Amino acid sequence: MILIFAILALVIIVSSVLAITSNRMMHVAMYLLFVLAGTAGLYFLLGYHFLGVVQLSVYAGGVLILFIFAILLTNTKGERSEVHGVKRIIPAVLASVLGIGVIAIAVIKHTFLYVDKTAAAAADTTEIDMKVIGNALMGTEKYQYLLPFEVLSVLLLACIIGGILIARKR
Amino acid sequence: MSLAGLDITAPFHFGTVTQWFDSWLNSVMPHFWALTIEFILAGVLLLASYAVFALVMIYMERKICGFFQCRLGPDRVGKWGIFQVFADMLKILLKELVTINRADKMLFRLSIFFVILASLCTFAAIPFDKGLQAVDFNMGVFYLLAVSSLGVIGILTAGWASDSKYTMIGAMRSGAQLISYELSAGLALLSIVILSGTMQLSEIVEQQADLWFIFKGHVPAVIAFFIYVIAGHAETNRGPFDLPEAESELTAGYHTEYSGIKFGLFYVAEYVNLFIIAAIASTMFLGGWQPFHIPGWDAFNGIMDYIPPALWFTGKTLACVFLALWVRWSFPRLRIDQLLGLEWKILMPLALINIVLMSLVVLW
Repeated sequence: MILIFAILALVIIVSSVLAITSNRMMHVAMYLLFVLAGTAGLYFLLGYHFLGVVQLSVYAGGVLILFIFAILLTNTKGERSEVHGVKRIIPAVLASVLGIGVIAIAVIKHTFLYVDKTAAAAADTTEIDMKVIGNALMGTEKYQYLLPFEVLSVLLLACIIGGILIARKR
Repeated sequence: MSLAGLDITAPFHFGTVTQWFDSWLNSVMPHFWALTIEFILAGVLLLASYAVFALVMIYMERKICGFFQCRLGPDRVGKWGIFQVFADMLKILLKELVTINRADKMLFRLSIFFVILASLCTFAAIPFDKGLQAVDFNMGVFYLLAVSSLGVIGILTAGWASDSKYTMIGAMRSGAQLISYELSAGLALLSIVILSGTMQLSEIVEQQADLWFIFKGHVPAVIAFFIYVIAGHAETNRGPFDLPEAESELTAGYHTEYSGIKFGLFYVAEYVNLFIIAAIASTMFLGGWQPFHIPGWDAFNGIMDYIPPALWFTGKTLACVFLALWVRWSFPRLRIDQLLGLEWKILMPLALINIVLMSLVVLW
């Protein structure tokens, strides 16, 4: 378990650093893919198979293919993005330090559900049934998510209409 | 509890065999090493069967293609030319690998592995027999759709990294085609999920013990089967949908610049993808490894049970493959606008209507 976690973590860390430092668009997209696939691997390791599969199909299979398509259509071969000057590096570093700080505070303040390992192991063995997830997504009671689900579909509809509008404009 | 672990729930022979093996390994060595050996064994077995199925498919394609064109096909090496594919395999392994000067080296090498990995992950989830399945998730169908969509990335990057206009056009066509046809393939499988009420592949096969879903699901199941088969042929870049490698206009499409075994791996992945599509079709619609049963005909069912399940599965899958080959050698290639029109204007709406129909059938 811990070995697989170490491998996945290493893959995620190395490729996320490479995704920032590489200056070729296509390589950046590939490293991003490794980060996303590694995250999916972490979900599988935790026993959250549904979340892992969603991660694979939405991010790796959907969003990333869109990225690659966009790069294929716009970027000419071998083009490298320009290196930014110091002026733009300072605010970037500030923003990332701020982001890390916020996340670190959230993680430290958060009380985890399974502090002792035996309870975590007991919770680990049961794979959540697809029906439970489906009922939670489609229910209207407490801790069920029909309304957010529908709101998101409205958002997607807006995206589709926007896309058609942009494509139609001549 | 992990991706490649032999996490098998079925109580019949293969499940018991693997469980016995697991407990035996755990009794003679620490858990860590037992797990490692199991991972490696599962991986090696999968890769070996992957290669064997690819060889069978290639031989089958060449022979059947020959018969459709009124010629003999390979017949010199061994009886009926069965060793021809092995000879070709050795030959392609020994060929020189040409490196291209202006190619993007990293992506050029990496893209093959994406294609192979995606089809191998899908291959792992197929139930060959009762309990003979490497990955049996609760959301098996969803998993199949998710990992099979990763292959597109390999094709796109292969075409882009080769730095040639033929590979580029081939990759763009292939990407557009695969992304579109994934939708109707997924929707067709969803209508079977509605019928069975589960996404676990072993459970879906289990439910077809009395009657296969294609008969159980009335008209919608038949429609879904045809939609899936058409979309599946398109997803494997074959049949009348082989535009990405239309040889008269694009040399060989996205893998034009690949040579030797690098090309060989693309070739093998294409054939195994064909096998996977046929295997999923037979699992979801034709009962997987379940024998052909008719409710009420007990004597007939008893006779059918004598044929081993693995043989049923292989037979059905190869029948689906034969269907694909038949289609491939009978229809002319589509144009790209016809291809996308077929998907978005006919297959997709039909699949959506079919889901509603299937819900109505399930309700009554």
